[in-house]
Order: sequence, then C-alpha cells, then structure tokens
Amino acid sequence: MLSFALTRLFRAVLTILLVMTFAFVVLRLSGDPASIMLGPDAPTDSVDAFRAEWGLNDPLWTQYFAYLKSIAQLDFGVSMRDRSSAIDLVLERVPATLALTVPTLFIQLGVGIPAGVYAALHRESTADRGVIMLSIFGFTIPSFVMGLVLVLIFAVTLGWLPSGGQDTWQHAILPIATMSVGGIGILARFSRSAMIEVMGQPYIRTAMAKGLSWRDVVWKHALPNASVPIITIVGFMVGSLIAGAVVVESIFSWPGIGRLLIVSVSNRDLAVVQCLLLVIASTMVIANLCVDFAYGLLDPRLRAKAAAH
Amino acid sequence: MSALLEAKGLVRCYEGQKTLFSKATSVRAVDGVDLTLQPGETLGIVGESGSGKSTLGRMLLGIDPPTEGQVSFDGQPMPKLQSPAWRALRAQMQFIYQDPLAALDRRLTIARQIGEPLEIHGLAKGAELQERVADLMAQVGLRQDQGARYPHELSGGQRQRVIIARALATSPRLLVCDEPVSALDGSIQAQVVNLLRYLQESHGIAMVFISHDLKVVRNICDRVAVMYLGRIVEEASSDEIFAHPQHPYTQALVSSVPVPGKRLEGRILLKGEPPNPAQRPSGCAFHPRCAVALPSCADTVPLLQSIAPARRAACHLLTASDTEQAA
Amino acid sequence: MTVQATNIAPPFTMIRRLRFKAPLLVVFGLAWLGLMVLTAVFADVIRPYDVTQMDLSARLVGPLTQGHLLGTDELGRDVLSRLIQSIRVSLVIAFGATLLSAFFGTTLGFLAAQFRGVVEHMILVLADFQAALPFLILSLAVLAFFGSSMTLLVGLMGFYGWERYARISRGLAISAGAQGYASAVVQLGAKPSRVYLRHILPNVASTLIVSMTLTFPEIILMESGLSFLGLGVQPPESSLGNMVGFGREYLTRAPWIMLGPAFVIMMTTLSISLVGDWLRDKLDPTIR
Repeated sequence: MLSFALTRLFRAVLTILLVMTFAFVVLRLSGDPASIMLGPDAPTDSVDAFRAEWGLNDPLWTQYFAYLKSIAQLDFGVSMRDRSSAIDLVLERVPATLALTVPTLFIQLGVGIPAGVYAALHRESTADRGVIMLSIFGFTIPSFVMGLVLVLIFAVTLGWLPSGGQDTWQHAILPIATMSVGGIGILARFSRSAMIEVMGQPYIRTAMAKGLSWRDVVWKHALPNASVPIITIVGFMVGSLIAGAVVVESIFSWPGIGRLLIVSVSNRDLAVVQCLLLVIASTMVIANLCVDFAYGLLDPRLRAKAAAH
Repeated sequence: MSALLEAKGLVRCYEGQKTLFSKATSVRAVDGVDLTLQPGETLGIVGESGSGKSTLGRMLLGIDPPTEGQVSFDGQPMPKLQSPAWRALRAQMQFIYQDPLAALDRRLTIARQIGEPLEIHGLAKGAELQERVADLMAQVGLRQDQGARYPHELSGGQRQRVIIARALATSPRLLVCDEPVSALDGSIQAQVVNLLRYLQESHGIAMVFISHDLKVVRNICDRVAVMYLGRIVEEASSDEIFAHPQHPYTQALVSSVPVPGKRLEGRILLKGEPPNPAQRPSGCAFHPRCAVALPSCADTVPLLQSIAPARRAACHLLTASDTEQAA
Repeated sequence: MTVQATNIAPPFTMIRRLRFKAPLLVVFGLAWLGLMVLTAVFADVIRPYDVTQMDLSARLVGPLTQGHLLGTDELGRDVLSRLIQSIRVSLVIAFGATLLSAFFGTTLGFLAAQFRGVVEHMILVLADFQAALPFLILSLAVLAFFGSSMTLLVGLMGFYGWERYARISRGLAISAGAQGYASAVVQLGAKPSRVYLRHILPNVASTLIVSMTLTFPEIILMESGLSFLGLGVQPPESSLGNMVGFGREYLTRAPWIMLGPAFVIMMTTLSISLVGDWLRDKLDPTIR
C-alpha cells in the first residue's frame, strides 16, 4: 500500500511541476508583457524600467529558477496592474468561487447519482427514458447558453431573480443552477450505466437467488460495487467545475477566481495568471489523489494486491 | 547429414512482478534443453501444461529469446528477434497455432491472408500470387470459393487449414506446430493431422509437433521427446516410446492412452499435484509424484543421458542401473 | 446468426446493416448533421448576404422581416448569413481538430505500445499532464498569449482529447501484439510498419471512430466557449460561439442574435451524441 501511495504522490508532484513549467514557458515566450501593460505609446525608458523591475531582461533560466524559488516560498509576485500581492488577490477571490462550486457539487451528486441509479433500477420505464433524455440535454447544452437562457427567462422576462453581481444569496441561484445542469446530466448517465452493468453481473443474480430482499441486494451489493466507477467520474467533475466556474462567473459578473483568470489573461498579468494556474492545478491534483486513494480503499481487489506486496 | 535445427542448453526464465518492496519472482519455464532435428524429420514434444513445451516451441523459432543457451538453424545461430535477418529467415520456418481464429486478421479474406507471406517476402505478385494461393488452398483441401470468406465465417477445422496453407506459402523447411488440433473436434482432429502428415511427407518438411495428446503425436511423429517442468525426461523413436517407455513419467503417460478394442488396464495413476514451474521441487522435478523414487532423487537433478542407441532419458534409476551394468 | 454475435464484420457489410436499423431519433440526428455539413460546404452559395455587409438603416430588426429571415444585429448584418458562415467555421475547426487529435493520439499510442519502457512512460506522463488541468484553462493561457489566429486555434483544439485515443490505441495494440493476429503476422516476417498500418490500425479504426464522435461535440463546445469569452475565433470571422458572445449584450432587446447560434450548437452536439452512442452500441455490443 505504501509503495502505491508513494508512486501516486510522486506523480502528483511531478504533474504540478510540469504545469508550473508550462505556465512559465508559455507566458514568457509569447510576447513582451511590458509593452502590453504599458500600452504601445509608452516611452521607451518607462518600458525599460518596467522590464528591469520585473526582471524581464534576465535570461530565461535565471527567471525560471528565481520563479521556482519564490513559489517555494509561496511568493507569487505582485499583480502588474495594481501592485497587490498575486497570491492575496487569488486567495481573496477563492471563497466566492467556493460559494458557487461547493453547492453545485453537492447538487450534482445529490440529484445526478440517485436519478441515474433510479433509472437503472427501473429500466424502460417513463422515468428511465425521462432521465436519459434530460441527461442528454444536460450535457449537450453549453453552459454559456444555459446561463443566458436562464437569465432571459428568470431575470429579464419574469424578473424573479437578479442577473449579475454578488449582493444577496438570490444572486447565487442562477449561477449555481447553470453550473449544475451539465454535471447532473453526466453523473446521471454514468451512474445509470455503471448500475446497469453491476446489476447484470452474476453475483447479483446469486444474491437474489439466495433470497435477499430487493432492498438488500441494491444497498449491500449493487451500490457498493457501482460506487467504484462513479467515484472515478467525480474526479473528472472537479475539473469541469472549475472550467464551468470560469464561464459562469463571466456571465453573471461573479467576483471569483474564474473571472480573475479571464481578466488577468486579457491583461497579460503574468504573476496572477501563474498563481491561478498553480492553484487550479494543485486543486485538481489533490482531488484526483483523493479519488485514487478512495478507489484503492474501496476496491478490495486493489487492497489485496497492495497487501500481497 | 547435418542437423537442420539444433538447440543447446536452452533456458527461459520469466520475471514476475517487481515492486519497490518485494523481490521479483522468477519462473523457469524451460530449464536446460538440448535437441537436434534433421531435415525432413518429425519430432513430437509431449507434456502437461506447465511443462514448458510451448515456450520451447517459440524459442526454437526465435520468437522467444532464450535466457541462456542457443538455437541454430542450418548451422547458423538464430538471428535476433525482429532483426531483418530474422525476418528473412521466417520464409524458411513457420508456426502453426493452437487457436487459428486468434492468429488470423478478422478483417481480411483468407485468400489475402494466405498470400500475405508471398507479399512480405516478395516471392510473387499479381496473377502469379493468385495462382499460388489457389494452389495452396487446393493442397490443404479448401474450395476455391472459400477464398473470399472471412475467418469467422469458417469452421474451426477450415481455419486451421488456412493457417497451414499460409504457413506453407513460402515453402518452409521447418514447421513448428503448437497444439494444432487441441481446439478441434475429434473427427476433424484426425483430418487435420492426416493433412499435416501428408504435407510433411510430400514436401519433406521438418516438423516439431507439440501436444499434450499422445495419440495424436504417435500418429505423426518419428521421434518423441517427453517434457516435465522444463526439462526433457525421455527421448526416443515414437515406436519405442510407446512400446517400451522407460522413464516413470513416460510410463504413466503411455499407460493412460486408450487403445481401441481393449480395456484400459495397468493404468498408472500419478499422485500429487500437476507441476508448477514457480515452485520447482528439489532434485528431480518429478520425484514428489514418482512411485519408485529413491532418496537420491530429491537431492540431485538427473541429467539427460543416452541409455540406449538413439535413446535418452533423465532418471537416476535408469542411469544408475546403466552405471551398474557398466561396472 | 453467430456472425453478428461475434461482433466482427468487414466495413461494408456493417454499413449496410446500420442503415436499415436506425431508430427515429438517430435518423433525425443524421439528417441534421447532413444539413450542417451541406451548409458548411455550400456556405458561399446559399448565403443571402456577405458576412460583413452592414445595413445601418436596418439595425436590430427582428426575424421574419423581409430580406432577413433571422433578423439583423446591431450593425445591420444579416443574422442568417452570419449563422451560415459560423456553421462553416465551427465545423471546419471541429473537424480539423478531431482529425488532428485522433492522428496525434493514435500515433503516440502505437509508439507507446511498440516501444514500451521509457517511451511509454513519458507518453503516459504527458497524458496525465493533459488531464491535470481543465482544457479550458490551458487554452486560455495559450490563446491569450499567442493570439487567436485560426491556425493556432485549430492546432490548440487538436490537442483536445488526444490522450483518449492514445490510451485506446495503446491498449488495443498491446493486446493484439500479445496473443493475436499481430504477433502471427510478425512471425510471417512482416516489418512493424506493415503490422501497424495493414493490420492493427484497420482493426482499431472502429473504436477510434466512435471515440471521435464523442470528442467532436466536445470540441465544438470548447471552441464555442472560448469564442464566447472573446478568446477564440476573432472578428471579422464569425463562429457560433462568438455570435452568442456578441448577442449577449442585446439579450433583452434582440435575443434572436444569440438564440439562432445557440440552437444550432445544441442541435449539432445533440445529434452527434445520439449518432455516436448508437454507433457504439452497434459496433461493440458486448461492451458496457
């Protein structure tokens, strides 16, 4: 078990390092941040001064190692625009994003999985067909369309809900709804097929032949086995949550890290973008690690294999 | 007559799963095999599963590189796997598979697959290739219209004929057959075995015939080598092996072959478990199951030695009595 | 009919069987996709107006007005024409990217299977890296800093999903090599190039094609999302995504600007998903 844990941890660290290097390379090589930030009309000495201050004249290697060193010290530099610390900028927006993503995750899990399981257990019924159709619609509608349509209906036409900003809790309803739909679709579909596959296995037939009640068969045999592939999907969902946050925060002018990313990217604010990339990558890597470990713990075959070593 | 195929001291080890915290388990599938094959001769290799016979067959063709030892074809050492020399040599040596469906590409017609070796080695093209394919199909007993069929549309016996036709395309001098009829029904088995024998005799191809089924081997082979846990324990002409088996293991095998018309009498039942190459017994690998084992059998490995003209065996009992006689 | 049960059939008989057994929804899906492809191919011919043609006297005119079937936008440009052009742009990008990513991914997968060892490890690490960041985030970084030229966009989208093809082709190549027809052809004396191109690839193709039908709609969505955010297809070119982006400002006054392209995006992705699912069920009946 230990060697499994260590290998996964090592790969996680390697991945984060790769992401950081990638960010560094892409951002530095793509153009001259100084002329972007200061505009094309800026006098050359202010451009030079800017570049000197930001260390943009040093060779790339020097910049890279300085960058790595400062990351290790959790110093991500300051935003080029307003001089505030990049990491602070990011961290102060994180709660806003969490306020959207965490409820969304719960809704997706709480609605999507039961819907899929129910559909699997009542195949060919109207409910099953309904779930399939809804889930297909859920993942084919892009989130930006969903968001705009919801705004059109609920904010513009009906006037029930606000269309932007973060002032009251009602402001969170439409963003969360927009983000949830896609994930519910995917989870429902996936849970359904995982459950169908499990229910078709010989050991389920055996359990029923043994005389176990339907409820016991589902709760004690089918669901635990179906949960294993479902958890893997949850790992992917974390990534799509973050991507979804980027789009949704733009539509609803929600001040979270998604919006910050768009703004910083348009302004070529290197420090903030790097910081954001790293924070996002670390979150994904940690989430996947948790999923891997949960997977290893849940699946007795993996546990046995680990124990044999 | 110089030997067509010569194997000396062949050993094949497979490494098991290695992890950070455990040693690799190593399995000796083949544990020291010498044999020679003359042109046009048929050698049968008989053994249970786990005896290493399939691995040996692949090593003789160079498909599986030996961990130790060497294989020579026509006096030349076997080239490295996948090298151009090895690929060119394929035209002279071919393999007949146990599962013909797995060995055929399901997307191509059998005519194309039979002709493929000719394409690969540039031996024929166009109309000449078609003729050659038609000729091969006729030789193995396939109808011409079956050439346009796909492997899954044919029966097991027909598929094996396709494999045989494909193997003969380049007129090879050596054929290694790995359980070619084990997956076929009884009457079809006989047909395919007869086909192989006929082709072997008419083309003068040397053949190594690997099987666990003694009846089949008896039908087609001049000489037989019996394998147990990676070593040859007895080797003699086919008639001798069946009429007068010397090694205790061979005796047990032969006694279990039913003879039509007679009741199965005097059958020797082996005690113990079938052999597991990962847990090799000390000394003679067969001793835990041998009814006549001596104490020395658990200590020293018996070497394969000549016990009579054109006969070899690896057994302390046989070689001890020889040395006694010699003394 | 054991032939169907064994799930293996040469391509042409497969296509024949497919055509007669498609459920209604799938037929609609195929019809819609056909319409989209025709629109993309014949865009120049069927487009009533030029894409940039402005008619400032007819700004924000509603649909079903004379001369403008879907209305006009804030600069008086005909929405239908822009929609037709956008379909072409988005489809071209999605096709190009899907093919690129399939080619790139399959090649890497085959390389990993053929050479094993270090090469395989490196490719798997790259695949992990791809999965580490959401593609949208990765693209944002690349696009904003290198600019949004068309070629760069297609190239970037071409990286979407390559790791899926790589995993599939690697898995199939390894299993083919271990026991089956691939090792038999090697024993016949074939060179590795022949083994891969003439034997493994054709057998892998059906699984890859199904995978492509799954990635294609995702690429459309990804490109639309990026264009919506202003970082994908840049004006004067129009794509489905950036039309929705432009239409956002006029959501209250002129929702038709946004609804047309949104509807097309949804119908197209829906159709491909339906067709792809059905294809998958047809070609792999035993797999979940």
